[in-house]
Amino acid sequence: MDNESQYSGYSYKSSHSRNSRKHRDRRDRHRSKSRDGSSRGDKSVTIHAPGEPLLDTESTRGDDRVILPLPYHTSQHMLKEISPPLSLLQDDNWGETTTVQTGTSEHSVSNEDLTRVSKELEESSPLECRRFLGPGLGAVLGLFALVTPLAFLVLPQLLWREALEPCGTPCEGLYVSLAFKLLVLLISTWALFLRPPRATLPRFYVFRCLLLALVFLFVASYWLFYGVRVLEPRERDYRGIVGYAASLVDALLFIQYLALVLLEVRHLQPAFCLKVVRTTDGESRFYNVGHLSIQRAAVWVLDQYYSDFPVYNPALLNLPKSILSKKSSGFKVYTLGEENNTNNSTGQSRAMIAAAARRRDNSHNEYYYEEAEMDRRVRKRKARLVVAVEEAFTHIKRLQDDEPAASSPKHPREVMDPREAAQAIFAPMARAMQKYLRTTRQQPYHSMESIINHLQFCITHNMTPKAFLERYLSPGPTLQYQRENGMGRQWTLVSEEPVTSALSRGLVFSLRRLDFSLVVTVTPLPFLHLGEEFIDPKSHKFVMRLQSETSV
Amino acid sequence: MSSFLSQLHFQLSCALQQRIEICKLRQGEHLILGFSIGGGIDQDPGQNPFSEDKSDKGIYVTRVTPGGPAEVAGLMMGDKVMQVNGWDMTMVTHDQARKRLTKKNEDIVRLLVTRKSLEQAVRHSMM
Repeated sequence: MDNESQYSGYSYKSSHSRNSRKHRDRRDRHRSKSRDGSSRGDKSVTIHAPGEPLLDTESTRGDDRVILPLPYHTSQHMLKEISPPLSLLQDDNWGETTTVQTGTSEHSVSNEDLTRVSKELEESSPLECRRFLGPGLGAVLGLFALVTPLAFLVLPQLLWREALEPCGTPCEGLYVSLAFKLLVLLISTWALFLRPPRATLPRFYVFRCLLLALVFLFVASYWLFYGVRVLEPRERDYRGIVGYAASLVDALLFIQYLALVLLEVRHLQPAFCLKVVRTTDGESRFYNVGHLSIQRAAVWVLDQYYSDFPVYNPALLNLPKSILSKKSSGFKVYTLGEENNTNNSTGQSRAMIAAAARRRDNSHNEYYYEEAEMDRRVRKRKARLVVAVEEAFTHIKRLQDDEPAASSPKHPREVMDPREAAQAIFAPMARAMQKYLRTTRQQPYHSMESIINHLQFCITHNMTPKAFLERYLSPGPTLQYQRENGMGRQWTLVSEEPVTSALSRGLVFSLRRLDFSLVVTVTPLPFLHLGEEFIDPKSHKFVMRLQSETSV
Repeated sequence: MSSFLSQLHFQLSCALQQRIEICKLRQGEHLILGFSIGGGIDQDPGQNPFSEDKSDKGIYVTRVTPGGPAEVAGLMMGDKVMQVNGWDMTMVTHDQARKRLTKKNEDIVRLLVTRKSLEQAVRHSMM
């Protein structure tokens, strides 16, 4: 379990952590490195290592799903960027097999050091907190900024109240406006920013950091001026001080407007179309997004993935092995005459491939019949299942309030709660259900317990058998099969461009998981030339088609 | 053998073109030709019973008055009129066709018509 490096970049720590300088250096070097070492960046991580230590609920390897209690698993959607020497799920000795390391000099920190440092950092702090570290920092800064105007007002009163000039109506007007503006700031901050974060990003979120830095700078400079001009000389013009505090609140409101526009509004207008393709079975979707950075777009795509894509079932392979294995090449290649040794092998393999392609093989025939047979089997099992479920549902009915529980002394009806009712009618349909699930290879997703739970749910809500079966007849979105736990889903963002750069035409990045990945291609939406044509409503006239005959 | 040959001739014969000269007959104050036309680019070609290609918008002879000048000259029902006195009739409206045929200052009209072979025409009319 130490092999998992939970290194999640530096979402909020960068400007405030002790390693900020190193991280910034590394980020700059990454930018230059990723541009010239881009081809290496994509091939560096091999996630298909045998003996994979990490198996969570989303990777389905048959029935042997192991839910490891992972105390170091932190957040939902933890995205990581792959960089050449950094290993993700491999052990630390991976770096020793690389032959080239670029960009390190004796004055900069090498990547292994960084990995080690970040690992120490992660192992030292309890990792549930890491998700909230960044927002926590933002909250502290926000609170500080909100308290500052009040402090500006209160400090002179506390320190040199006697010397202050009294200030009448204008001050009271300013007090009222100050109070309301602070209230508005408070409410809108709560509404917009105080939400639990849903993803940890590999690199820091540029806009958010920019805004935090702006707020910090702003408040700091106001305090500076306050300290120099007001506290030092013990300024007596209280109205000026109140005006000063009011101007700070105005400026905070404008910064919040800027934050609203940058974080929430700018990306609402669609500008790009993302095509998301799952590598294992080719499921694809198209989404329209606005101007986002790559990492934000990745988070957005993953949100949609969980509710749009049908769940990945590794048991549904493309072709059964029996068909593919028949393509054994029975050709032998003899070389006649003199040929170079160098192009002997390529010539040979090319000849073999050409010959194999020309040979008439009937594997497509077998595939076709196999598919038809599979379809027929599934349909037969489905029919049996539907009939069994319909019959089972006729055995129970909801007890109305005004009906007496016991209709007659000879046939007393026992009153059951939904759970018992579900268990009672599960028995006749269990076998048909099991056979159907086995035929469609869905049995790892549905345990008996879950089926009975779902049955109980359907009975409680007066659902028909068809509604009950909806869950099993078609593969639902991935979200339906997620276990409810606090552990996040770990995804890896693989990209040739730095992930804080904006989406642009032709960009391709992929989101990798253990056994499949999603490849995302970016195309800009076309510019639309919209013309206008006015049609007079009176111009709609019709005539009958003619076939007239004229005699001449 | 001869039946085979005639069968062959059957299939091989397609449209034949014919030049027909009709002398208009004076009836009262009208000059009549003695046939009726149908078709035109403003008409519905799908309802033409004589055309093979139902999108053909040409002018077709729909009726020939028995004993009239057209029948005397050899015009037959189902002929497609290609030219009238040198004017093209394949891309005209119905009214334009009528006008070209009924010019008051012409006594003789020379038509270029197309006709499917006789046997096929008979077969069609019997069907």
